[in-house]
Amino acid sequence: MKVRTWREIPLYIMLIPGIIFVLIYSYGSMLGVVVAFQKFVPTKGLFGSEWIGFDNFKNLFTMPNIGEVIRNTIVISLGKMAGGIIVPVLFALLLNEIKNQGVKRTFQTLVYIPNFLSWVILAGLFVDILSPSTGIVNQFLGMFGVGPVFFLGDKTAYPITMVVTEIWKGFGFGSVIYLAALTGIDPSLYESAEIDGAGRWKQTLYITLPGIMTTIVLMTVLSMANILNGGFDQIYNTYSPAVYTTGDILDTFVYRLGIQNAQFALSTAAGLFKSVVSFVFIVVSYYLADKVAGYRIY
Amino acid sequence: MKIKNSRGRIVFNVFNFAFLTFTALLCILPFVNLLAISFSNKMPVVAREVTFLPIGFNVAAYQFILESNAFITALGVSVQRTVIGVAVNLILIIFTAYPLSKSDHEFRARKYFSWFFVVTILFQAGMIPLYLVVRYTGLMNSIWALILPGALPVFSMLVVMNYMRSLPQELLEASFIDGAGHFTTLFYIVLPVSTPTIATVALFSLVNHWNSWFDGMVYMNTIDKYPLQSYLRTVVINPEAFFRNATNISEALSRYLGMVNARTTNAAQLFLGMIPILAIYPFLQKYFTTGLVMGSVKG
Repeated sequence: MKVRTWREIPLYIMLIPGIIFVLIYSYGSMLGVVVAFQKFVPTKGLFGSEWIGFDNFKNLFTMPNIGEVIRNTIVISLGKMAGGIIVPVLFALLLNEIKNQGVKRTFQTLVYIPNFLSWVILAGLFVDILSPSTGIVNQFLGMFGVGPVFFLGDKTAYPITMVVTEIWKGFGFGSVIYLAALTGIDPSLYESAEIDGAGRWKQTLYITLPGIMTTIVLMTVLSMANILNGGFDQIYNTYSPAVYTTGDILDTFVYRLGIQNAQFALSTAAGLFKSVVSFVFIVVSYYLADKVAGYRIY
Repeated sequence: MKIKNSRGRIVFNVFNFAFLTFTALLCILPFVNLLAISFSNKMPVVAREVTFLPIGFNVAAYQFILESNAFITALGVSVQRTVIGVAVNLILIIFTAYPLSKSDHEFRARKYFSWFFVVTILFQAGMIPLYLVVRYTGLMNSIWALILPGALPVFSMLVVMNYMRSLPQELLEASFIDGAGHFTTLFYIVLPVSTPTIATVALFSLVNHWNSWFDGMVYMNTIDKYPLQSYLRTVVINPEAFFRNATNISEALSRYLGMVNARTTNAAQLFLGMIPILAIYPFLQKYFTTGLVMGSVKG
């Protein structure tokens, strides 16, 4: 018994650095949520400020635009979730029909690129190409007598632009997982379907789709965890006060409240609301992912 | 095997190819447009004549940017944070993943420590509490504020842990029988066979550090400490205002003014900011794909 404990000591030593940083920054900030229940004064520190119970939450949920912010968050993230499943699946199915490996790889190489670029770069790109006065997209639309469309400045267009550009960024790389699933389908299934006289369409419907259904369900379930993630990086870098009514999401709201206006307590309360709801969704989605597809993160 | 093609099949193939080409162009043409603008003279840019090929080809926008100190300073900060950040990430990932990859028999407290780390994925406290912790730990305005809060990327650690767990145990047992301890086994047996996974998470963390912009803007008080992406963010939000300031600051750059404007320099900066990612893109495509597929199999 003693030898065994002794042998484990190096393992504990290895864990020390990781534990220290996670303890300070992850658990430390979990502790920091107490600010949500305080009349927080930065100079008095995390535990020196006056405790006021749920007052911050009461104030938060009586703010005139909070309902709007929550609605925007859910609308935008649902749009992204739906598109983020459908488009990559369709793309993978179509790409799978290309039999020439070189051509296939070229398509993949081109459509994966945006996925790896930051939203700062892509925001700069979209601000330029979507500009109503100088952008190439409106120039192109103008040739058909459409527009100019204020993609980033119009209340109706803005959330749609967010969903579409997010899908644009991610669909290519998002299809990787489905392409992997497609290669796992037993080719003999297609051969016997061919012999039975099933056409391509029937084969897709009865062999291909069921073959990747587990993956589709898994990705859907996992994406549920993002229900309150409207996409801070994207929206913060492209929005303006003109589109707050349809484009302001929880994260941008928390940011403006906390870091720009130094309303730490109120902002932490809003953030905690998001964290708690997200926690429930993450746990449920991981649980379901394990049940339906045997997916486990550890 | 040669599959005979019906007429319907051929029509489908043609349309499919055309559609996929269109999709690929949709992904790539915005960048081509941006690149063309960055290499064009400002006159055709103002006149909205530039589409996918530069008009009045010149590199003045790039000279303008590369001779301005602000861009180079920000680039330096980014390189620094990426090099140190990736190194710190990898060290912590490896040292944490190894003990957690042991069986409950070999490391009895494994389960508790695993949960200790997994909980941080499930519950994230949010922006403001983390900001306060960074402030209280005295990292404000220091490059470590960009590195230490995310020193251990837990998800990457789990990917490496799952890989280490899948290694043949005989390999490790042989090493222990030869009298090697855990550290020796980790460095001489486990790490050499884990290189593909380590490469994957190294790229994850490289892209992550290079692309991060928010932490720089929030934790740094002055622009000269901003990493490149945070700096670019101050530019892209309002290119005109930035351009005016830049020209006010340095008169040496005024000789380019005949050829560049806010749009061309902005395009040049955005493109320069992409170069590192494009340079390692072949590796990203290869290893990210592996990482993604790996993450989806049962550990």
